Amino acid sequence: MLALQILIDGFAISALYGVGAVGFTLIFGVSGVLNLSHGAIMVVAAVTAWATAASLGFGRFGGAAAGVLAGLLLSFATYLLVVRPIQSSRAIPREEKEIFVLTGTLLWGIMIQEAVAYFFTNTPKTVLPLAPGVVDIVGVRTPINEIVTFVISWAAIALLWLLVNRTRGGKALLAASMNPRGLTLLGFEMANIHLTVWAIYGVLAGVAGVLLGAFLGVSSDNIGTLTASAFSIVVLGGLGSIWGSLLAAYVVGYLETLTAYLVAPSVRTVPVLLLLVLVVYLRPQGLLGRR
Amino acid sequence: MSAAYCRRTLLPLASAAIVFALAAVPAQAADPIRIGVIAEAASVAGAAIPNAANLAAAEINAAGGVNGRSIEIVAYDNKSSAADSVRAFQRAVQQDHVSAVIASYISEVVLALEPWAGRLKTPMITPGAASDLITHRVHDDYDHLKYVFHGYLASTQISDAVCDAARDLLLPLKVKTVVVMSEDAAWTIPLDDEYLKCLPKIGVTVIDHIRLSPDTTDFTPVFNKIEDEKPDVIVTGISHIGVQPTVQWAEQHVPIPMFGVSSQATTSTFWKDTNGAANGVVFNMFSAPDVAVTPKTIPFAEAYQKKYGVTPSYAGYTAYDDVYILAEAFKKADGTDPDKVVAAMEQTDWVGTIGRIQYLGRDSPFTHGMKIGAGFISGLMVEWKDGKQVTVWPKDVAVGAMTFPSFIRLAQ
Repeated sequence: MLALQILIDGFAISALYGVGAVGFTLIFGVSGVLNLSHGAIMVVAAVTAWATAASLGFGRFGGAAAGVLAGLLLSFATYLLVVRPIQSSRAIPREEKEIFVLTGTLLWGIMIQEAVAYFFTNTPKTVLPLAPGVVDIVGVRTPINEIVTFVISWAAIALLWLLVNRTRGGKALLAASMNPRGLTLLGFEMANIHLTVWAIYGVLAGVAGVLLGAFLGVSSDNIGTLTASAFSIVVLGGLGSIWGSLLAAYVVGYLETLTAYLVAPSVRTVPVLLLLVLVVYLRPQGLLGRR
Repeated sequence: MSAAYCRRTLLPLASAAIVFALAAVPAQAADPIRIGVIAEAASVAGAAIPNAANLAAAEINAAGGVNGRSIEIVAYDNKSSAADSVRAFQRAVQQDHVSAVIASYISEVVLALEPWAGRLKTPMITPGAASDLITHRVHDDYDHLKYVFHGYLASTQISDAVCDAARDLLLPLKVKTVVVMSEDAAWTIPLDDEYLKCLPKIGVTVIDHIRLSPDTTDFTPVFNKIEDEKPDVIVTGISHIGVQPTVQWAEQHVPIPMFGVSSQATTSTFWKDTNGAANGVVFNMFSAPDVAVTPKTIPFAEAYQKKYGVTPSYAGYTAYDDVYILAEAFKKADGTDPDKVVAAMEQTDWVGTIGRIQYLGRDSPFTHGMKIGAGFISGLMVEWKDGKQVTVWPKDVAVGAMTFPSFIRLAQ
């Protein structure tokens, strides 16, 4: 019974981690940006879904859509207001740009965190679940919302796969992550590719935020942890590797769930951090990293 | 008149006039008495503290102030940090020259400020922190720490209030076993100790005692563990956490009611923050918007709601009372001399929004804590029902009966 419980809970949370991390790794792969405002974008999406669903009467689906839209818009804002100005600045030496982007997105995330706390307090908010109620899966009482979380997460990942492997624009994205210079030589406009990848990222982060808000609830205080968790997953899986991130999401999700059930909920993230140290030490390129 | 003439002659004249006008103001009116309010602006429980204090100050000033002087609230956001609070306290006393401080709902913060109140000889009262240590320290080191007053109940007293309510509300439902679930924090250490003592006294067996990290976001494993132990009720001690466990409890249809202390549930935004998952949560309060604990309770809750759009958190009621108590003390002390103010505070006999307030003396281990019991302050149990906080205990003031959502298994 306990095993089944862990299996079900771990499955949902891992899928959720997967969606969050895939966008994060995609941005890194294509444009070399480590976006440290990742958690902030997720939380804004969730808080928007909460606020519009309840106060503005958008309902559960309208609210969720508004949340994803907020993720998309904030992702564009992050790119256009923070990342691009740094990348195109002549004042910042080329070799320092990465560190400027890191600092810039980190500060941007903190600004968003303070803004959310100011307008909505740091009390956690919960998004209305897309499907309320519970079902019995072989004796384990499972909220339907947990199943919805899992299905939507994988649908989003599957759509991303189709996009990347079956469409021209998607293939260009994949190529950009491998060899940006070659792509430019073939006549692709890198600026457009960057905009596309931030759009995809925004939608994924928005979906992850809304689902997380409905599954566990989010507060502005969680922003740092969410960024750190996406970061650990991506490093564990191999920076820039989408499949590595998915695999790592499941490793992290299950390791956390096992710890929470078998040891104590208060130490749930500890084994993951230990594993991260171990991986960085023994296999710095991550589980599926190519380098 | 040329522009140059304007600049050369009129501007300096005008500036001089303004300077004189400004200088003249303090000479006319007596200096206001300043009260510093150090609280957690970003949390619902803490945000009510400066709001309620401002409301009380406005009322006192409208009624003529204190011996002709007005009360001015100077608010500081401590971002829930003890270090920020200490800096705010020093600034409040040394730069902003406040005569007293109302501080925080977090015990860790108040315990960090306590020695500073002593060092800077500044009367301080907390409207919301609960740790027993706050008053025990005053008892043990009265000469240094006599400036500290406890404007909220000590954790031990809160547990006793919950146990009293449990005897009347839970025993008739044939509750025999409970699990105590509380967050890991300074205020819950004495709370849990007392729960583990007073629950068996009313005939209830505590089958497990779970302390949660305040960073927990996924409570599923906790609820699963509790459910496996098959208690009749979960007795709570939570304040820093609240929305997330409540929502997950409702969403997962955990069939065991939650009963006890849940500070986030005391504010009206809790319903919205949980999307209504709060339905059926029963929690302790010492005043509620629907019960005339004293003739001042409902008018205050209404005035607060009118001004800020939400009902006050528990710390709002006490912060409001604290400003009045300080104002009375300034009046009696005929000024702001800290030792005289402390002596006047010790003589407090004030009917506030939460009951009749008197402070315990040096002989009590809870020195400068509030007297509790009939005629002074006694607890209420309030339940979230369809978007409203409904008082369900004690019987003589109850507005409704305790009922649980349909997923709760307990016989009703």
